[in-house]
Amino acid sequence: MIIAEKKPIEEIIQEVKDFDRILILGCNECVTVCEAGGKKEVEVLASVLRMYFMAQGQEKTIGERTLERQCDHEYLEEIRNIIDDYDAVVSLACGVGVQFAAEKYLTMPLLPGVNTVCLGANEDRGLWTERCQACGTCVLARTGGICPVSRCAKRVLNGPCGGSTNGKCEISKDTDCAWQLIIDRLKALDKMDDYEKVAPVKDWSTDRAGGPRTVTREDVKI
Amino acid sequence: MRLKIPTNFRIIRLPCTGKIDIIHILRAFEKGADGLYVVGCMEGDCHFNEGNFRARKRVEQAARVLDLIGVGGERVKMYNLSSGEGPLFAQYSIEMVNKIKELGPSPIRLARQRMSKKADAA
Ligand code: SF4
Ligand code: SF4
Repeated sequence: MIIAEKKPIEEIIQEVKDFDRILILGCNECVTVCEAGGKKEVEVLASVLRMYFMAQGQEKTIGERTLERQCDHEYLEEIRNIIDDYDAVVSLACGVGVQFAAEKYLTMPLLPGVNTVCLGANEDRGLWTERCQACGTCVLARTGGICPVSRCAKRVLNGPCGGSTNGKCEISKDTDCAWQLIIDRLKALDKMDDYEKVAPVKDWSTDRAGGPRTVTREDVKI
Repeated sequence: MRLKIPTNFRIIRLPCTGKIDIIHILRAFEKGADGLYVVGCMEGDCHFNEGNFRARKRVEQAARVLDLIGVGGERVKMYNLSSGEGPLFAQYSIEMVNKIKELGPSPIRLARQRMSKKADAA
C-alpha cells in the first residue's frame, strides 16, 4: 500500500491559519491502514486545530469528513454539495488523492496534511518499510521475490556491490543489503542458477525516466 | 474504607485503560476540561497485557499535542495503582486537583467563556 506520514501540526497550522472555514478530508484506504490520514486522524487533527485557534481567540469552522477513497471520481463527488461551505481543504490522503481532489475542485485550495513516503508494507506495529518503487517492469521473478530497485540503495541489478558487509548495506548498518536477501532467498528456493545469469539492461523508460506514466486499458473502457 | 476525595472531577469508567484513545483526551479538553488523568493498573499487571502501556503512550501523545497548541501538557497525567490501593487513589486525585488549581483554568475553557459572552451580548 501507499505509506504516508502525518505532517507536523505546526506546518499544518501555518498552511491553514489564513482560512476561516477548513475541511479536514480523510481517506479510508492506505492512509487509514498506516494511521496517517483515516477517520481517526481526521478527528484528532480537527480537534487540535479547533483548540489551537480557540486558544488564540479565533473562531474558525473546522469540518470533518472521510471518503472511501480520494483517488476515484465517485467518492470525491460526495463532497460537491458541501465544498462551498469551506475556504480550504486539508486532505489527509496520499499525494494522489490531494491532486485528484484539486483537479476536481478547481477554485478550492487543497493542502496536504500528510507526507507520502513510499509503497511499502506494515512490517511490525508502528513500522512501515518500502518494498516497491513502481518501476513499471517488474523483475521480482528473477530476484527471488525481493526488489533490488526499491531495496538496494544503488538499484544494482547484478549485485551485491562491494559495499555489502555482513548482510548489511553500506548506507547504514541498520539496512539489509537487498542482494544479500536475494541470495539468501534464491538459496532457499534452490535457484542459485538464476543468480549466475547476468541481468540484461533494464528498460528504465517505464520508470520515472520516461516521464509521467499512464495505464490505458481499452478492454475495460466503456 | 471511607476516603475523602475531591468532588470537582468526574470519573469515567473504562473496561481497561487500553480503551482510551488520544481523541477521547483531546475531546475532554475541547469541551473545556481543565485537566485529565488516567488511572491504570500496575505496569505488568494488565489483564490484556499491554492496555496500560498503550494508555501511557496515548497520554504522552496528548501531552505533546496540548503543549504544542498552548493548552499545556502538564494538564494530563497517567497514574498506575492496583485495585487494592484506595488510599493511593484518593491521594492521586488530591494531587491532580491541586496541580490543576495551581495551573488555573484551561485556555480553552476561558476561550469558550469569552465566546459565549460575545454570543450573549450579540
Ligand atoms: S522491480 Fe519494479 S515493479 Fe517490481 S517490486 Fe521492484 S520497483 Fe516494484
Ligand atoms: S550493499 Fe547491497 S543494498 Fe547496499 S548498495 Fe550495495 S548491493 Fe545495494
